[in-house]
Amino acid sequence: MTAVSESINGVRLEVSGLRRSFGGKPVIRDVSFQVDPGEVFVLMGPSGSGKSVLLKHLIGLEKPDDGEIRIENRSIQNPAVRSQYRLAMVFQSGALLNSLTVAQNVGLYLHEHCIRPAKEIEQMVRRSLALVGLRGVEDQYPSELSGGMIKRAAIARALVVNPQLILYDEPTSELDPLTAAKVGDEMEKLSHRSGVTSIVVTHDRELAFRLADRIAFIQEGRILRIGAPAAIRDDPDPFLQKFLLAGGISPRKLNSNSL
Amino acid sequence: MFQQIGEILVLGWRTIGRWPLLWRQRGKIAEQLFEIGNASLLMACVLSLFIGGVLALQSGPVLAERGLASAIGQLVGLSMCKELAPVMMSILIAGRIGSAMAAEIGSMKVYQEIDALRTMNIDPISYLVLPRLTAISVALPLLVVFSILVGWLGGALVAAFNREIGVPMAVYFSNLKQAVDGADVFNALFKSGVFAFAVGLVSCQQGLSTIGGPRGIGRSVTKAVVNSIVLILILDYFLTRMLLYLD
Repeated sequence: MTAVSESINGVRLEVSGLRRSFGGKPVIRDVSFQVDPGEVFVLMGPSGSGKSVLLKHLIGLEKPDDGEIRIENRSIQNPAVRSQYRLAMVFQSGALLNSLTVAQNVGLYLHEHCIRPAKEIEQMVRRSLALVGLRGVEDQYPSELSGGMIKRAAIARALVVNPQLILYDEPTSELDPLTAAKVGDEMEKLSHRSGVTSIVVTHDRELAFRLADRIAFIQEGRILRIGAPAAIRDDPDPFLQKFLLAGGISPRKLNSNSL
Repeated sequence: MFQQIGEILVLGWRTIGRWPLLWRQRGKIAEQLFEIGNASLLMACVLSLFIGGVLALQSGPVLAERGLASAIGQLVGLSMCKELAPVMMSILIAGRIGSAMAAEIGSMKVYQEIDALRTMNIDPISYLVLPRLTAISVALPLLVVFSILVGWLGGALVAAFNREIGVPMAVYFSNLKQAVDGADVFNALFKSGVFAFAVGLVSCQQGLSTIGGPRGIGRSVTKAVVNSIVLILILDYFLTRMLLYLD
């Protein structure tokens, strides 16, 4: 997915020397990378390698022991800086508020920040839900939706913010292949349409190679390799190759151009 | 334990600091008030009726034996007002509402809903804690007023219809009116306001510090209720000392 959006809406993100331990056990070890505006950057790696923890640091939900995360050259640790940019995150579970309806969930940001009048919020919510293919579910509660619908509603909630940086945590996990493909389509369209900077944590190899401008492969809290999908696919590292080809997946399937 | 006390105090301080945002949260406060009233009013009335009744039943015959049956209005009136209504209602609310608060906020924490709020730049204290704390601090004193009135009525019914006591309602209420003044009712409201704030704070703090899935939610709920009840009883002693001193 290398097509560049005409209007770049995204922001630059820089991570330098990030370290984090839990109970003395290092989970992130000296991680540094940079994501350009409008880029789709995929963090891939085996379970427990520190991807999701890293993602939480990127949006300020966790504090690092050491290192810095900068958005447009300003530290994201500062809540005032975070509030100046439109950031959104799609959680692995969706993390919709169970006590609110789908429409209330999607319109929550706009409503709580009094950004638009109620009528306008209603229209924006409908539009946002329609963009991810959800119609007629506005008054339903998250518990009444399927896993795929929850993920898409979570994407709609992120969309309504018109984000400059969007983080996806395992967006296709626990989804059937058809729904996973649909969620992937929505992510691709969003990136195309608005030029948002996207960081995707996944171990869905097909999704990663389909969406990514660059992929970082993480192992035990360290970035093992970072590069374009083709470079990652052709990398001779035995562990990386074992991960990419596990389960008998065809190397051709990991070609972004063939998808 | 000290860490928990510290967390409760910090949460209280932060919540007070957000009181200028109260008007913006009015919808959620009204929602919480309705929930507290809806869940507790009937139970509060039944409980108070029987507390007042049993108080009269236990003390009435003893007073009657000594020719002091008419003092039963004073005894039930002051007991309900000064101690039983504020303490019993606060314990009831800790069990009924404090547990629900801890469970709701705890499950939001465990299922990353609070993280989702933070990513949307929505402050969990303003969004979750402030409305709950305000609603419980308003609702509990109101419930205590109901409880006092219904408790008095329970005592009056037993005093009037129990053969061993046989004090007419008019005598009961006239005696009660002489003994209970506005300051006693104010003290009850003040105590219940403090208890409500403590129950709300402890429950929200337990919810916010929940970790470890459904088991963690269960643990938080238990801790919220037990800690609230212990705190109510400790605060009751010190508030009573303070109010006696001020009297």
